[in-house]
Amino acid sequence: MSLASRHLLGIEQLSIQEIFLILDLAEMYVELNRQSVKRADALSGMTQINLFYEPSTRTQASFEVAGKRLGAHVINMAIDASSARKGETLIDTAMTLNAMKPDLLVVRHGLSGAVYLLSQKVNCAVLNAGDGRHEHPTQALLDALTIRRTKGRLHGLTIAICGDILHSRVARSNILLLGKLQNRIRVIGPRTLLPAEIDQLGVTVHDSMRDGMHDADVVMMLRLQKERMHGAFIPSEREYFHLYGLNARKLAFARDDAIVMHPGPINRGVEIDGTLADDIKRSVIQDQVEMGVAVRMAIMDLVTRNLREQFGDFEESGR
Amino acid sequence: MKIELYNAMLVDPEVNSTYLGSIAINENRILAVGSDAGNQNPEIRIDCAGKCVAPGIVDIGVKICEPGERHKESFQSAGSAAVAGGITTMVTRPDTLPAIDNPETLEFFARRARASMKVRVRPVAALTKGREGRELSEISLLKDAGAVGFSDCDSVVEDTRVMSRCLHYCSQRGALVIGHPQDPGLSRGSSATSGRFASMKGLPAVSFLAEKMGLERDLALVELTGARYHADQLSTRAAVEVLARAVQSGLDVTAGVSIHHLTLNEMDIADFRTFFKVKPPLRAEVDRVAMVDAVADGTIKIISSMHTPQDEESKRLPFEHAASGAVALETLLPAALRLYHSGDLTLSTLFRALSLNPSRLLGQETGRLAAGAPADLVVFDPNAPFVLDRFRLRSKSRNTPFDGQLLQGKVLRTFVDGQEVFRASDEGAQ
Repeated sequence: MSLASRHLLGIEQLSIQEIFLILDLAEMYVELNRQSVKRADALSGMTQINLFYEPSTRTQASFEVAGKRLGAHVINMAIDASSARKGETLIDTAMTLNAMKPDLLVVRHGLSGAVYLLSQKVNCAVLNAGDGRHEHPTQALLDALTIRRTKGRLHGLTIAICGDILHSRVARSNILLLGKLQNRIRVIGPRTLLPAEIDQLGVTVHDSMRDGMHDADVVMMLRLQKERMHGAFIPSEREYFHLYGLNARKLAFARDDAIVMHPGPINRGVEIDGTLADDIKRSVIQDQVEMGVAVRMAIMDLVTRNLREQFGDFEESGR
Repeated sequence: MKIELYNAMLVDPEVNSTYLGSIAINENRILAVGSDAGNQNPEIRIDCAGKCVAPGIVDIGVKICEPGERHKESFQSAGSAAVAGGITTMVTRPDTLPAIDNPETLEFFARRARASMKVRVRPVAALTKGREGRELSEISLLKDAGAVGFSDCDSVVEDTRVMSRCLHYCSQRGALVIGHPQDPGLSRGSSATSGRFASMKGLPAVSFLAEKMGLERDLALVELTGARYHADQLSTRAAVEVLARAVQSGLDVTAGVSIHHLTLNEMDIADFRTFFKVKPPLRAEVDRVAMVDAVADGTIKIISSMHTPQDEESKRLPFEHAASGAVALETLLPAALRLYHSGDLTLSTLFRALSLNPSRLLGQETGRLAAGAPADLVVFDPNAPFVLDRFRLRSKSRNTPFDGQLLQGKVLRTFVDGQEVFRASDEGAQ
């Protein structure tokens, strides 16, 4: 079993079967990651390049750990967006790296569609680690795994996504994935931070936390970029927290067993109360990070199965 | 020299009909036209075999990249693309580098055009210096040097007071102002139309209402100043409704539409295909249909190519950073014929919008199939099918959204001023 596409560019292209294939394999890697010797050989001898056009600590580290545990050689390349604009174009960089014959290219870029563009110019498998406001598929998959493990299922749940939906690729990928699996998705946030016609993406829009979180099984908080004040999106952090920040009082609107999720990094006191974020009875934020490594291992295993099948002799000679 | 084109399907936008007949040319003028226009003792008789003959296309809003970006398009390449597309007059845009905002640049431009092309060129000059929206261009001197209109193209004059002065001044000088209706604040930084598609793709987007707001501002200023005003391209139903109301109330304004907004919609962008990035952005299907209807009922007077050459490098970028615009000189007619084949528009309605109305707007004699009119003609087969290969375009830049698409309609011959300036290579000798 493997994925239909050579790349993982977004949730949009994944079938439900592929989503479950990834999650099921990830379960296995969760177990592996809890051993003291965390070694697998799916990527043994392969080269993985993490190409990050946007600063990232968490996602890049997660991909790096995942690749190394699978036996790949991992190279991190961070490219400062401003210098990239002056010099080499995205496609030239892609072709240069392609000539080094990597097997996996993990790419994050600040512009929607940039990872798709790059994937058309290279021979290796490309994993989208976030492109602009478009998609962040591995985040949605790790969220799905986290939900499935805590809630026991991944369908028929009421999921409230709260905060800056407009600028969030995490929200888009989650809406796509959880929508495919027949969940009720609600988005909550100020109108200035909601994309146009979001209601046509199969979600309901709610103006208040009380309304949107009522009976929710999962509460997904999004990070608020601090510079959003400048574009007149919101008046101040404290007003934002007053309306949309998650604290114990607002969480009481949700079901008693509702879980709290956040893609990180957290702005304590802006979108979520610090104590609540640390409450291991409600917050699964640390589980999300753990699932992130496992999900990424599963995806890398699956997309390279494609490559191993493509070059049939690799299987015999490589192992 | 007398030439007769006989056995031709004459497309006459003036009388709004299409009929079999012949057309006689004497030197640079049409001598006679009609079902009984034979017997003029021509030296050359051309059997059109039932194919169409229409007045040559007058295309408002062509960007020729001289001066400044000759690697994208030159007079020579634009000229040969135009005649191959049945275009006999190009009304050129001033958004060059530098902008055409003074009579000296305009004279250079006109001289280069005359020397390199057989197609007529009628230049539009910049409304404000450098298209910066601050100081008026030398409207009167530019008009004397041959400018047929004034426009800052897609750079909207943001300051309403400056815009009102531009319109006042042009009104007094009898100069035509060509506006680009768009609210500059709302549209800043956007590369798609806001809605389900842009939200899904995560593209920064502008509401379709920004066009309506821009048009409403300009129309209010036209009412204030009495200027002659033409909106270069409308693309939304909301703006067409505003235009229709203004015309109904007696305001002397007109508007055009680009061929892309008539034949494509936002879904064509699909996976961030930058050849579909144009300005204003492609709209929803309801808007495209509204634009076709508006051409059919005459609310929108003019169809143009909005020919905007961009080199490969400026398009091989992530969607947000890629340059806007598409080449269209050679695809204008075949793309427009899609609307004929779909039954939306008749041939005479098409040529009213492609030839007659733009000529009238600019006070030109062209655009008509009538005795005495300049012999600017296009002979074409509206049915001939072909798959467009962008690398066979004559334009230096090949940024067309129609690459690989099946189109119908082929130009066989083009006449400018009575001279045959283009003949399709597989068309037999005279």
